Amino acid sequence: MVKKTLAQYLPGQYAQIVSVAEHAMGAKLIEMGFYPGKRVQVLFRAPFRGPFAIDAGGAVLSLREDEASLIETIDC
Amino acid sequence: MCTKIALVGSPNTAKTSLFNLLTGMNQQVGNFPGVTVEKHWGKFNLPDGRVAELLDLPGAYSLNAYSEEEKIVSEILHNKQHADFPELVVVTVDVTNLERNLVILTQISDLDIPVIGVLTMNDMLIGKSVSPQELTNAFNQIPFLKINGRTGEGKQALIDFISACNIQPVEKFISFPLKENLNIAEARRDAESRKTSIVNRLKEVPSFVGVTRHSFTTKVDKLLVHPILGYAFFGIVLFLIFQFMFSISAIPMDWIDSVFLNFSQYLQTKMPEGIFTDLITQGIVPGVGGVLIFVPQIAILFFFLGVLEETGYMTRVVFIMDRLVRPFGLNGRSIVPLVSSAACAIPAILSTRVIGNPKERLITILVSPLISCSARIPVFVLLIYLVIPNTYMYGFIGLQGTVLFAMYALGVIGALVVAMVMNKFIRSKEKSFLLLELPEYRWPRWKNILLHLKEKVQAFVFDAGKIILAISIVLWAFAAFPKINEEQVAQGKTQIEESYLGQAGKTIAPVFAPLGYDWKMTVSLLTSFAAREVFVGTMATLYSAGENFEEDESLLTRMREDINLQTGKPAYSLASGLSLMVFYVFAMQCMATFAAVKRETKSWKWPLIQMGYMGFMAYTLALLTFHIFS
Repeated sequence: MVKKTLAQYLPGQYAQIVSVAEHAMGAKLIEMGFYPGKRVQVLFRAPFRGPFAIDAGGAVLSLREDEASLIETIDC
Repeated sequence: MCTKIALVGSPNTAKTSLFNLLTGMNQQVGNFPGVTVEKHWGKFNLPDGRVAELLDLPGAYSLNAYSEEEKIVSEILHNKQHADFPELVVVTVDVTNLERNLVILTQISDLDIPVIGVLTMNDMLIGKSVSPQELTNAFNQIPFLKINGRTGEGKQALIDFISACNIQPVEKFISFPLKENLNIAEARRDAESRKTSIVNRLKEVPSFVGVTRHSFTTKVDKLLVHPILGYAFFGIVLFLIFQFMFSISAIPMDWIDSVFLNFSQYLQTKMPEGIFTDLITQGIVPGVGGVLIFVPQIAILFFFLGVLEETGYMTRVVFIMDRLVRPFGLNGRSIVPLVSSAACAIPAILSTRVIGNPKERLITILVSPLISCSARIPVFVLLIYLVIPNTYMYGFIGLQGTVLFAMYALGVIGALVVAMVMNKFIRSKEKSFLLLELPEYRWPRWKNILLHLKEKVQAFVFDAGKIILAISIVLWAFAAFPKINEEQVAQGKTQIEESYLGQAGKTIAPVFAPLGYDWKMTVSLLTSFAAREVFVGTMATLYSAGENFEEDESLLTRMREDINLQTGKPAYSLASGLSLMVFYVFAMQCMATFAAVKRETKSWKWPLIQMGYMGFMAYTLALLTFHIFS
């Protein structure tokens, strides 16, 4: 499987989280639902390369591109 | 004893509704020391006659704190010595969002603080329900119960639980200890093991259902975050808010204005002549009126903001605006305050509390008054009548209207440029991040909106109101003393001219002479600190003419004929007129704004910095304008 970050997905695509980067935001991202093993779906994206809206099970969360790129994923 | 209770919960878990349900009208609001996060607390009666105190802690996902709100919650719950440390914590848990909302519940339990989980939003699980007993079994016997914030169902069971206060020790969820400031690695380790523990435990809850989004929300989102329709809709929303703040609020504002004017005239006739009467009729009564005049606009803005927040639309605004406003150091939530500044900066500044990041909030507060507000209109209109010919460019573009538009545009550009500069200079402890929930669309809970609105109005009237009243009395005294004598009246002098304020204006007039102003304009700049539109009234007094210049031409005629004694040219030329307008675009001549910024930043530093930078910009840009056009 090719490793990607969540920032590389297009609306409609699913991803499975592999790990979250060692970063000040790391714990926050995990607590909010981006924990290893979780399957998420990119729902839509704001215009002009704006934030992503991601269905993380139970809630839709928005992530900026630099936040999404902290999350390592594989296709699923 | 469980009489000291704290309410904790993640955002969007109906925490406020539960707080209102328990305490009813018996609640108070203040601030946590040192920060601008609101503190709500209240009381309610237990069946045995005891009174329980309930502290509504700010919304928090985790004790591993990122936002100012989370830091407060973390600080209180980690310190047993803290004055607000509770005996019992009630945690609101949205049943559609269990994985996320149980994080803080297990953290609090791991601190050995007694905790009870209250399941909310049960009606969102149409036809299904999560069993509180099963959650209790899976989560180390922590008690859970269901509540319906609208009908009050479950409220009695919660009160009974609090009253009985039968608390059992709970096994730890995570073995290594939590502390207040975990480092990056520790916080991650805690988050990862806690999340795994929660996910595994939820597997033991047969009634736990994964929730999919309502198709209604998905459909509406397709429109509201659409690259064209999304912005168009937001534009319409802003337009409506602006219209209401601008024109609808004019009706109660005129009413307040005339009530206070009549009252002060009435007192003038009934009370004996003298300084005391003048103080009351010209200082205090108009001063109180000058505070209350802002109430309609504040109420209207907070009503709309409440609807935007409650329905869930505000998070979509942040979502679509984030990328566009980030280069300016602003937040998606800055847009509504900035647009409402075009009506009045006061409600705008009070409404910036929705901006979570302190730096982005500060920048929004600092640049809001640059957007031209409605109080500047009379000043612009008078000056445009005076110095801009009523002609048309290319036969159809009115020159006067173009100049008015240019002044508005100048304010907007100024605000954006200043925001960009401040973004570079203001240092921030917190990293800017977005990570926000886009909740399901929902019908607003009107009671929550109205309670919040009432609080905001009260806070403004009693807090910022004190400063506004004090400044208006001082301004009145400087304009009322020393009294002019009959000899001066015979020479055609006016009270304002001979007052301390008038003398001060004449003394500092040389400072403003390079901008093309005479002493009369300088005095008007000083009196305008009460409110910008006072400029017109001061001019009318100085020229002994009627204030209503659109019907009574005497003021316009006298101003037009006035000669600047230093230059020998007309006082109001194209250059001096434009220079004055530019000065009014940038200068912070508004004591109410000053008071509001003082209240919202909890310091004298920021309103003073703001007055300083705006005054500097006003002076230099007016100077530049005067030289370009003369």
